[in-house]
Amino acid sequence: MRPFDFTRPDDLEGACAAGFTEGATFIGGGTNLIDLMKLEVMAPAHVVDVTRLGLDRIEDEGDGLNIGATVRNADLAADPRVRRRYPVLSRALLAGASGQLRNRATTAGNLLQRTRCPYFQDRDSACNKRTPGAGCAALGGEVRNHAILGTSEHCIALHPSDMAVAMRALDAEIEVRDPEGGMRSMDLDHFYRLPRDTPHIETRLEPGDLITSVRLPAPKGDRQIYRKVRDRASYAFALVSVAAVLRMEGGKIAHAAVAFGGIGTEPWRDIEVDAMLTGETPSDSLFDKAGEVLVQGADVQDGTAFKVPLVQRVLKDVLWRAVA
Amino acid sequence: MQISFTVNGTRQDMELDPRVTLLDALRDHLGLTGSKKGCDHGQCGACTVLVEGRRVNACLSLAAMHEGEEITTIEGIAQTSPDTAATLQQAMIDYDGMQCGYCTPGQVCSAVGMLSEAREGWPSHVTEDLDAPLELTRDELTERMSGNLCRCGCYPGIVKAIRTASEARTSDSEAA
Ligand SMILES: Cc1cc2nc3c(=O)[nH]c(=O)nc-3n(C[C@H](O)[C@H](O)[C@H](O)COP(=O)(O)OP(=O)(O)OC[C@H]3O[C@@H](n4cnc5c(N)ncnc54)[C@H](O)[C@@H]3O)c2cc1C
Ligand code: FES
Ligand code: FES
Repeated sequence: MRPFDFTRPDDLEGACAAGFTEGATFIGGGTNLIDLMKLEVMAPAHVVDVTRLGLDRIEDEGDGLNIGATVRNADLAADPRVRRRYPVLSRALLAGASGQLRNRATTAGNLLQRTRCPYFQDRDSACNKRTPGAGCAALGGEVRNHAILGTSEHCIALHPSDMAVAMRALDAEIEVRDPEGGMRSMDLDHFYRLPRDTPHIETRLEPGDLITSVRLPAPKGDRQIYRKVRDRASYAFALVSVAAVLRMEGGKIAHAAVAFGGIGTEPWRDIEVDAMLTGETPSDSLFDKAGEVLVQGADVQDGTAFKVPLVQRVLKDVLWRAVA
Repeated sequence: MQISFTVNGTRQDMELDPRVTLLDALRDHLGLTGSKKGCDHGQCGACTVLVEGRRVNACLSLAAMHEGEEITTIEGIAQTSPDTAATLQQAMIDYDGMQCGYCTPGQVCSAVGMLSEAREGWPSHVTEDLDAPLELTRDELTERMSGNLCRCGCYPGIVKAIRTASEARTSDSEAA
């Protein structure tokens, strides 16, 4: 690990001021940052602990919830309101990592966790995300846990989060405080950035921006499912995952929000897929078509080709369970 | 930098580089080598300790992040959670829950943390109904312990030992 200064401010002003200094980075649970600092893939000059700012509460807000940035993943998954009204979120969280990691991992840290691409994590491999302009060893290299949607000729790194997939299906909004103290909110739909020719820029956060909370509007569907397929039954990242939030009315799908993990450079959602399901009567052919639309233009390598039929089958299974 | 926290009931004041992980602070600076370093990347659970009663991977945490907190390691767990930990430790011996023993301290700390999560009714990935009271079945137990790997494959013994400890707890609380 490279040397760094460590501070633990106890108010937002102090945290944002410290987070705006040259080479500074925030730390939540540290389960991703410390891992990458050990590998020297990340080498901040200043680490600012944000876990003592009072951002660890889950509050009712109208018919929705306001989830503090430092609420631990375990607490969020176990919260009775989340279990009852946003079960897709509890399920996604519980499908991720391990009991120990969920006790540390925070809401904001989970959203901002970096890719698990082995070339990103290996300083001896070329990686445009780690070193802009260096090239991409994954292209033409060994791939498996890589993206097939949202990729560019510069990067095919996958966004690994389970939680963020559920949050996309729930239309979450991110609340951000800038270094001057201004607050703004962003739809999760507009929070991540596709790699294009700047894969090192992953979100719309600016230097010193602190995530303070994530807002969930009232759930738009009561039929919620999260299904994750992985190489072993537990404690493994998704090969493919699907989060569905549906509402039925008179045998028809009145609301459909479907998001995907394991396939996109960001937690994936395709408004075309949602639109074609909405207002329709469930059928095999409808769900097959949704699966076809989803993978239009997929960028498939030898090692990731299996994800196309896999995600289509999981989607179909999840949709049938959701409408049942 | 100056860092203080409590380990197994004793306050520790240390002068540490901010880079020192909680695991290295415990092992190298306080000589508490019961917590093990398997992977050093959160992938094996050998370093599991309790922080404020909750199980965490000590390898993926900085000592500096624990100022003022209460840490329990395998060296102190039998004092801090006497009924569960003592029963579990004896059951690990009775059921051969180990071969080389490297993962064992992490398994024990993790199981103690897991059992208190279960008592609070936390659901898991395999819980059918997120709203129903929890029954700690074998599937529940193995899912909840998936963050602890055992290279010697002593899982059957570990599972039996944890079930014994969890049943002892249940009859304890019924008797009480
Ligand atoms: C072995 C292993 C298995 C895992 N398996 C899974 C899995 O199956 N599914 C899954 O989804 N995840 C998995 N994870 C990843 C885990 O979920 C993440 O490491 C965790 O969610 C990150 O949260 P954190 O609070 O620890 O983040 P940190 O490491 O503290 O931070 C991550 C990033 O977020 C930034 N950050 C943190 N808080 C803020 C804030 N408030 N504002 C702005 N920036 C902030 C930090 O600067 C840093 O860049 C696994 C991790 C490990 C080690
Ligand atoms: S040493 Fe910490 S999880 Fe392996
Ligand atoms: S007993 Fe050897 S690793 Fe578990």
